[in-house]
Amino acid sequence: MRALIPFWSILSKDMKNYYLKPPNISWGIIFPFAWMLMMFIRTKTAINIQEVFPGIVSMSILFGTTSMLAVTITFERKARSFERLLLAPISIESLVFAKISGAILFGIFNSLIPVLVAIFYFKLNISSMFSLISGIILLSVVSTLLGLYISVAAKEVFEAQTYSNFFRFPMIFLCGLFVPVLSLPIIIRPLSFILPVTYGVDLLRNSINGIHIFQTAVNIVILLGFIVLLFTLSIYNIKKKWIK
Amino acid sequence: MKKIIEAKNLTKQFGDFTAVDSINFDVQKGEIFGFLGPNGAGKTTTINMLIGMAKVSSGQVFYYDENVTKIMKKAQKLIGVVADESNLYAEMNGFDNLCFCGSLYGMPKIEREQRAKKLLETFGLAEFKNRKFNAYSKGMKRKLTIAAGLMHNPEILFLDEPTTGIDVASGRHIRELIKKLNKRGTTIFLTTHYIEEAERLCNRIAFIKSGKIIKLDSVDNLLISNKEKKKIEISFAEKKFMEEELITELKANFGKLDCKILNQKTIEFSGKNDINIVPLINYLDRKEFNVLEAKVMKPSLEDVFVDVTGIELKMMKKEKEKK
Repeated sequence: MRALIPFWSILSKDMKNYYLKPPNISWGIIFPFAWMLMMFIRTKTAINIQEVFPGIVSMSILFGTTSMLAVTITFERKARSFERLLLAPISIESLVFAKISGAILFGIFNSLIPVLVAIFYFKLNISSMFSLISGIILLSVVSTLLGLYISVAAKEVFEAQTYSNFFRFPMIFLCGLFVPVLSLPIIIRPLSFILPVTYGVDLLRNSINGIHIFQTAVNIVILLGFIVLLFTLSIYNIKKKWIK
Repeated sequence: MKKIIEAKNLTKQFGDFTAVDSINFDVQKGEIFGFLGPNGAGKTTTINMLIGMAKVSSGQVFYYDENVTKIMKKAQKLIGVVADESNLYAEMNGFDNLCFCGSLYGMPKIEREQRAKKLLETFGLAEFKNRKFNAYSKGMKRKLTIAAGLMHNPEILFLDEPTTGIDVASGRHIRELIKKLNKRGTTIFLTTHYIEEAERLCNRIAFIKSGKIIKLDSVDNLLISNKEKKKIEISFAEKKFMEEELITELKANFGKLDCKILNQKTIEFSGKNDINIVPLINYLDRKEFNVLEAKVMKPSLEDVFVDVTGIELKMMKKEKEKK
């Protein structure tokens, strides 16, 4: 039980200090609405919710998790308060797990806004609740780990944000958020398949209209593989870069 | 006394550069161990290896005779670390900061709250417990950072420059607290560039320069080793003079003495034998210096430091404070 105290403490500290701050909560609410409005202006007609739903949910998760993690980790590293965590008698793996848990929950919270609006306002029919929930959770975890991987390389908050954008913006076009992967030119399609977000989006697409590239189980296994890979790489980089 | 820490041939290399070069020392349980040296000597790198914030290139670190070089996490519950910067959470208040630090060591809620209250009282911060850390004064921040290092009741506390950049009263209070903590049984590993602070607090001191320990002894022994040295300071009414010219003349006339101009109204003479003060005063008088006072100086740790490292302390302090 005592071993769990540092975990809960780091998580609740991060929630209180960063994620539950009014600007971040409002950002989590406004961001999906802004994207829906953009889609509405683009089409100048009623939104085809089935078409934009996976993209908006994925964008909310991707931007929410990577931005917040970049801030919390880089900011604490710069203020040297992160040293306190590294000096505590807890394993780096537990420490990282505690740090990313807040961002994962923030990602899930961000996704809830478009999901609730889609279900209750647009009356979107969810054909596979399992695909939807696993898609949201796995996408939150994998995006958070992408954010962590980037944060470890950055020294400043603005650096982390710049690196994040370097990954995030190509993902919008390559991972099937708004343009299905199979509609992309064949030459750039391999790029889509090496990005984890593609598989999360495929799960979300499958959850509403049953259209998918891979079976649910395949998407889940691939995403779990990415999670293990990104977590291992991040831990390796933390040990290499922060404990020189 | 029992060894709490032992460093054996401890080495740290960054590429071709050797920051710490095969150093050996131990820290005895219950002592205040001073670790002094100029900037870039390898102090922080050594500490980082001892606390698990840097990997050891070669050599070994022992805590209570157990080799923890590869398993520093095991030793981390024994140690408290106070970095040279006050690195608590700006948005959290004093009480929450302390409780959070305690929780990192697995302290249950009631236990950490009681400990935080007690430490806030000890450090004179009880009435500011609900104030955010970023609203604390520099001295208060420093005190709270030390208190945070003590939350889990560590056996050894690493204090890196605990009184740098804070007001005199807070500095004095912190020194008193360090003494009290040590009396209660906490072993202290102290780095400071205030030599007089080290002289007042430490039992033993290691001088490190260019990654090597060049002297390690008790404060008393270090002072005895310099006891033979005689030193006189002559003060006069402020006068404009050419420093280099005067030094050359003094050396020509009093060749056995080392002369150092401290400022425009003080010259220091030192030597291995007794110094006859009369010819010195007469000489300065002839040169139209209005001599006001001549003081025989006791050997200090500062002299030992200068002798051992060859570095002027004033320069080191300036550099550090600038930093």
